[in-house]
Amino acid sequence: MKALEIHGLRKTYANGLEALKGIDLEVNEGDFRALLGPNGAGKSTTIGIITSLVTKTAGTVLVFGKDIDTELEAAKSYIGLVPQEINFSQFESSLQIVVNQGGYYGVEKHLAYQHAEKYLKKLGLWEKRDHPSRTLSGGLKRRLMIARALVHEPKLLILDEPTAGVDVELRRSMWQFLKEINSQETTIVLTTHYLEEAESLCKDIAIIDKGEIIEDTSIKQLLSQLNIETFILDLRGSLRNPPAIDGYRIQLLDESTLEVDVSKDRSINELFKLLSEKHIEVLSMRNKANRLEELFLRLVENDSNRVGPEESKAEKINAR
Amino acid sequence: MHVRRSYIAYRTIVTKEVTRFMRIWVQTVLPPAISMALYFVIFGQLIGPRIGNMGGFTYVQYIAPGIIMMAIINSSYANVVSSFFGAKFQKHIEEMLVAPIPNFIILAGYITGGVVRGLVVGVVVTGVALFFTQLHITNFLVMGSVVLMTAILFSLGGFLNGVFATKFDDISIIPTFVLTPLTYLGGVFYSITLLPEFWQTVSRANPVLYMVNSFRYGILGVSDINIFTAFAIIILFIVALFAASLYVLNRGMGLKT
Ligand SMILES: Nc1ncnc2c1ncn2[C@@H]1O[C@H](COP(=O)(O)OP(=O)(O)OP(=O)(O)O)[C@@H](O)[C@H]1O
Ligand SMILES: [Mg+2]
Repeated sequence: MKALEIHGLRKTYANGLEALKGIDLEVNEGDFRALLGPNGAGKSTTIGIITSLVTKTAGTVLVFGKDIDTELEAAKSYIGLVPQEINFSQFESSLQIVVNQGGYYGVEKHLAYQHAEKYLKKLGLWEKRDHPSRTLSGGLKRRLMIARALVHEPKLLILDEPTAGVDVELRRSMWQFLKEINSQETTIVLTTHYLEEAESLCKDIAIIDKGEIIEDTSIKQLLSQLNIETFILDLRGSLRNPPAIDGYRIQLLDESTLEVDVSKDRSINELFKLLSEKHIEVLSMRNKANRLEELFLRLVENDSNRVGPEESKAEKINAR
Repeated sequence: MHVRRSYIAYRTIVTKEVTRFMRIWVQTVLPPAISMALYFVIFGQLIGPRIGNMGGFTYVQYIAPGIIMMAIINSSYANVVSSFFGAKFQKHIEEMLVAPIPNFIILAGYITGGVVRGLVVGVVVTGVALFFTQLHITNFLVMGSVVLMTAILFSLGGFLNGVFATKFDDISIIPTFVLTPLTYLGGVFYSITLLPEFWQTVSRANPVLYMVNSFRYGILGVSDINIFTAFAIIILFIVALFAASLYVLNRGMGLKT
């Protein structure tokens, strides 16, 4: 069963801006899928359409087989939404907010309280359940939105940048929580700018840019497209200029640090041998972090100087 | 449609609405009690005796139903417009929009909230009126139904205003420039038989006239207007505004981009 099927989705806003240019996306039941893209790519627009806060211009959206055009209420009943922007009443308490949301989904009162207690406790909000929501810290507000989205135990949880503005520790605990929810068979779709987030949570990833899906694949597959690995070498002594070695692109970051691009058909042994020959002594070596980040940037850049749609993106990455 | 699910959603919206205005009763229930008390003091006690009788009653008796009605009209309208616009402004209206609630349930929930506030204020203001005059109800059925219909009608008005409002100014423009003139000219303080022929005819275009007079009929047994005509017109307005409200809600006007 597909949790989500999107076909040919288009959105042109009233001001003429074409935010989505025909998107196709499928998410299987039980998946944990990331939707990645830079600011203004169309992530929130896509989510807005799925949750019926934004009207679509064209295309179809099915949630567990229910078409939002013909069976909107059924489709809505499967979804729990954590929006990008805080959107609860400033005057109500956390408990009230979560319980009321349960009521809107038709959850019986005693069950709504039960679920509210469960999720507010899990998300560390129970102590503050009676405080007006406006007095919560930013991180707690985000967690309150997650508790609210779960009160009716949706089959599909959609989170729009849930960890924006959340500190590292809290972010990790949120990830842990989401993994747990996912392992209990809730399908999750999450948008993010943080590649680390996508990498640590999701198997599959879709990259959206300027209203188009430019990649929809597994993270593993995506990484394998990278045929270059970049290493940072710390040196003993100092250099004025980067050493020129055939087949390796070498940059001098500072006088005793090198950044080396090693393509996959070259060995690192070879690199060290050649460096030794030049009397360059390497003290330590590390993989340059954020490989995915780089890849992402390349994809997005690539997309902006796209020549023809036929050309495979993977090839373009390799060509660089 | 899931009846039970919709019922729970409706109940939740109504509870939320009533809790909201009760929590801020100093802003919602107290002011009409005070201003209506002032009307009674000024028009009833001070000026009233000089005016003499109107429609066969003392002036204070004659205006009491109108003043109660005015409080109900303002309160129902204000409740829905401020609550709905507030929900839009703070975006928590999205909590309802993403949920599987049929639009007419959302509408009914807000309208019920406005009606409850209208009734609460109506009872409070009636209590105030009893300090100044005696009220004997002539026709309970007419009085009760006209109160209910008036509260529904102006809740719908407040709802439409809330939907189209984009800034806080917009929620006071209609009450100031439309609602207040309509109520003041709707026969709250006078019988339209006092007006020249021409202005009597103009007054008949004012829906508030029919409500005030029906209500006055329910209490005092006198009305400038035929009671059946009045009811028919009120019902017509309700149907029209309900249809309009549901239409804008279904279209997502002012709510969806
Ligand atoms: N209501 C609106 N009216 C007009 N244009 C809009 C509206 N909402 C969004 N847009 C535009 O549509 C495009 C996509 O916006 P969207 O919010 O979907 O991006 P996003 O991927 O969620 O970005 P971010 O990461 O910054 O949240 C942007 O160019 C944005 O300016
Ligand atoms: Mg966004």
